[in-house]
Amino acid sequence: MIHASSPFTHKPISTSQVMQTVLLATLPGLATLTWFFGWGSLIQLVIASVTALVCEAAIMKLRKRPVSFYLKDASALVTAWLLALSLPGYAPWWLTVLGTAFAIIFAKQLYGGMGYNPFNPAMIGYALLLIALPVPMTQWAASANLTTPPSFAEGLHLIFQGSLALPDAITSATPLDVIRHKGSLTNEEVWQHNADLNSAWPTWIWLSLSWVLGGLYMLYRRVITWHIPVSLLAALLIISGLFYAGDTSNFSSPIFHLMAGATMFGAFFIATDPVTAATSNKGKLIYGAGIGILLYVIRTWGNYPDAMAFGVLLMNLAAPFLDYYTQPRTYGHKKARRGLPKKG
Amino acid sequence: MSDFKEITLQGLWKNNPALVQLLGLCPLLAVSASVVNALGLGLATMAVLTSSNLVVSLIRNQVTDAIRLPAFVMIIASLTTCVELLMQGFTYELYEILGIFIPLIVTNCVILGRADAFASKNGVLASAWDGFTMSLGFTLVLVLLGGIRELIGQGTLFNQMELLFGPVAAHWKIVVFHNYPGFLFAVLPPGAFVALGLLISLKNIIDRHLKERAAQAHTHTDTASTGSKRVRVTGHVE
Repeated sequence: MIHASSPFTHKPISTSQVMQTVLLATLPGLATLTWFFGWGSLIQLVIASVTALVCEAAIMKLRKRPVSFYLKDASALVTAWLLALSLPGYAPWWLTVLGTAFAIIFAKQLYGGMGYNPFNPAMIGYALLLIALPVPMTQWAASANLTTPPSFAEGLHLIFQGSLALPDAITSATPLDVIRHKGSLTNEEVWQHNADLNSAWPTWIWLSLSWVLGGLYMLYRRVITWHIPVSLLAALLIISGLFYAGDTSNFSSPIFHLMAGATMFGAFFIATDPVTAATSNKGKLIYGAGIGILLYVIRTWGNYPDAMAFGVLLMNLAAPFLDYYTQPRTYGHKKARRGLPKKG
Repeated sequence: MSDFKEITLQGLWKNNPALVQLLGLCPLLAVSASVVNALGLGLATMAVLTSSNLVVSLIRNQVTDAIRLPAFVMIIASLTTCVELLMQGFTYELYEILGIFIPLIVTNCVILGRADAFASKNGVLASAWDGFTMSLGFTLVLVLLGGIRELIGQGTLFNQMELLFGPVAAHWKIVVFHNYPGFLFAVLPPGAFVALGLLISLKNIIDRHLKERAAQAHTHTDTASTGSKRVRVTGHVE
């Protein structure tokens, strides 16, 4: 319990404070990425930030809006950072520029700018790149547990002068990739025989735990509420647990699904975007659960190894309906309003 | 002749089926992944729309209002079948590629729309001219869209034109970007939506620019805006 003395005034935090908190909360994950995979993500972060700020400023100028006011709210930076952190660390520089520019110009500003975009801009940028350029988008650097990550200079060289396909020596299939392409092998066989998977797996657990740390910080600062991450992770846990209980050699364990790929990053950083998520508490629970289920379904039966971007974008579509049907009871009314008001 | 000039202007710019009326979006977005596909379907649509407007105008006084729509659809369907058979005979590969979208010309809203809105009320020559310019406007946008999507998606222009023009056109292909990795997004349907949206906004910018210029030239304008009752248009349909 915190015993504060009077006066109990409450100062709402501004948009830019919210955004700065989000940026701060990504730092543990960024540090882990850099520790295990080298400087790639940091370089991508710089490229994406510069692109986002330039695009935002240019569009604001075209729309005859105050430029510095909108740049200072740091929302463009958050989009840039979230996109850069989702990209493979050593993707060519133009790929990051393209994705960030599309996210800011098309997914955010063409819909009316900050607060008006129905879809998460970072995920639109990510989905565009994943669909349009599948080769560089699925080349993840190998973990430091497998090979020495590229030095800073090597990283710069790979990003700015490298070819589309990275050298084999420094890439490695992610655990989700390995499981996705396990073919007729059982889970037990894959884990027994794939040495890369076993030595790289702790990397992904550390990474997920760092995202959780950042997420807990955002919860503590009350930038996000618990509803979306908890319902997302719970839905994923339950559905993967059910299938795992039915057939352990065909379906991956719930722990694997929680710790692999973008689960934790998405649950705390992507799905909780206040603009594109549902707003009522009940709506948030349904919204999060929807993403969790879609994540599992696409990972298990879809074409892509991971599905955070698609899960979030699909539930973004549903968010207005969820809000419409989950309005809370307003003070002075006996019942909550649901849907359209009754006639007569 | 100013009447014909006005019809031309309406079809190509002011009332362009693809950019202003937003009619026939289904084929427009589905087959505009390359120039040859776009041009093939565009030419087929031109043949159907010009001749259907002509025939509808010919019989406009014989058909009663009550059954006019079924009659128009029958005419359009017969003409589409003719075009389909011609394409099957002379451009078989393109016919295979365009597939279902050739018979679906029957359901293209531009064609029934022009039959009902123009050909059933106007003379034969004006109707045929209206059909020609409207479908020309449609085809131009279709080819433009095809060019943009082929360029961004594959880095080439006029690839496989021999499907439409025979072996003469085999070397028309222009490789604009060498070693292009390909940008699949432009070839897929979302790329078509984005590109069409950009084309519409470009037209609106040009229109606004022209309007400002006209306003500067004539300080006193007395144009009463006759707004359209249709909801889904991107400008004023007159």
